[in-house]
Amino acid sequence: MVKVLIPSGALGLGYDRDALARGLAEKPDIIAIDGGSTDSGPHYLGTGTSKYSRGSTKAEWAELMAAQAEAGVPLVIGTAGTCGADDAVDWLVEITREIAAARGQKLKLAVLKSGQDGNEMAAALQAGRITPLTPAPDISSDLLRDCTNIVALAGAEQIQAALDTGADIVIAGRTTDTAIISALPLARGCHAGGAWHGAKIGECGALATTSPNTGTILIEFQTDGFTITPMGHDARATPRTVSAHMLYENSDPYRLYEPGGYLDVTRAQYEALDDRRVRVTGSEWVETNPYTVKLEGARRTGFQTVSLVLVRDARYVENIRAWVDDIHTKCTAKAVARVGGDFQIELRIIGADATLGPLDTHARIGSELGVMGIVTAQTEALSREVAKMLNPYLLHHPLSEQEEMPTFAFPFSPPEMPRGAVYEFCLNHVLILDDPMQAFRLTVEEIGA
Amino acid sequence: MTALIDIADKVRSKNAGPFWLTLDVFCGADDAFHRISQGLNTGDVANLFNVDPDLVKRFDIPELNVVKFSLPRPAVQGTRADRDMHGASFAVLLGEVQVD
Repeated sequence: MVKVLIPSGALGLGYDRDALARGLAEKPDIIAIDGGSTDSGPHYLGTGTSKYSRGSTKAEWAELMAAQAEAGVPLVIGTAGTCGADDAVDWLVEITREIAAARGQKLKLAVLKSGQDGNEMAAALQAGRITPLTPAPDISSDLLRDCTNIVALAGAEQIQAALDTGADIVIAGRTTDTAIISALPLARGCHAGGAWHGAKIGECGALATTSPNTGTILIEFQTDGFTITPMGHDARATPRTVSAHMLYENSDPYRLYEPGGYLDVTRAQYEALDDRRVRVTGSEWVETNPYTVKLEGARRTGFQTVSLVLVRDARYVENIRAWVDDIHTKCTAKAVARVGGDFQIELRIIGADATLGPLDTHARIGSELGVMGIVTAQTEALSREVAKMLNPYLLHHPLSEQEEMPTFAFPFSPPEMPRGAVYEFCLNHVLILDDPMQAFRLTVEEIGA
Repeated sequence: MTALIDIADKVRSKNAGPFWLTLDVFCGADDAFHRISQGLNTGDVANLFNVDPDLVKRFDIPELNVVKFSLPRPAVQGTRADRDMHGASFAVLLGEVQVD
């Protein structure tokens, strides 16, 4: 049997400290926590940075390092620094060194990096070793070289290699959310279907229970399945909360693809052991060949400047669409004539359909509207230049020539806010590997006093 | 005809990675599940999000009284055309669908 303690769904999200303490009292074999996901958008992978503040990350990580020292078992984090790019891993390693030095704690640290070189990926594409998933954007060697970061998602094998070093702490770049949880149970011979299924149920912390905010859960992996026990005082896991978690952020609630195979929960049985623990059996793991890892990549697509104006005049609110369309036409023509270049102006009406756009056919308009002007251009300078041309239109544009010049409400001076570079996810592909460690780099170091 | 959201307990939409959107209709009671399961047409759901109906995956799950749809995101997450990074607002569109 292997006990995995999961403090929360992600480092930086917070957890109930009493729940973590109860979890440590259960004598876990490993503490595993996720450090990120793609859910906050392409900026983080594009720039190799973390979504959470350094202060919050350091505070929570220090508590987990203290828990590691108390339990004397490995602490592993996957997808460090939100995106799991090499720079984000280095950021967390630096934080870890600071904490270890301050605590006077001597530690063995294993670092697993998932970053991929653009030229090597271009060669892999040429060799037919990168294949598309559905729906996949078109890619080319140039696009792969153009990515600011490409990461491969490590699976259980790579985390096992890191644990095999005897490390106290494993900091991994991009991994699947489940691999950091399933790795040790799989290495110790627990049921493979149960290991992956339990890992999927556990990867969001207490989200699969009645009290998601308590964070901490314990999963016991056995030879035929797993048992989930929430550590929050009032948190309960029920067959319904556990089985329903397979729906969460999953396109297929029965199947989960991982490096080397897939989990199939079609025949899983969920049994309430009491009013707070659930035991699951019957999950299946199906190996696939060749061994593949998923790729994620982000590239810079331009620079943006955003402007905001507020419209309260009833006649303008009523005719907002015509007003916005006229501004778009006139400002685009002016910018083409005066500066040219590759740019797009978009005007979204906040209070009408800014959230859903043309898909929204039921929008109702209130007494006030915001108009968000978004200028995207190939250079930062051009995006600011065109946004400045938009300024007088947003402030003063009349609905007709036969009226006094109106003035609308700018909440800020200046009303335009440069957003810097913008990125997009450009890969939905897998990379074929001959050996699971082929695309990953593992290093070990001693840190602390 | 009644809006789906007035029959179901909850309609949720989430990203399933940057390229997929997944919508879960938690129907509640058995009769609501049968009504929604029979009343919701997969092609209509595809039209709602302007995606190819052949790419829409549908799961009717009586054990949970859930009807689930997964589809390619109307705009890839975080691209210039995307308006909702976490995709949670798309649930509103499905909730407004009229069901017999």
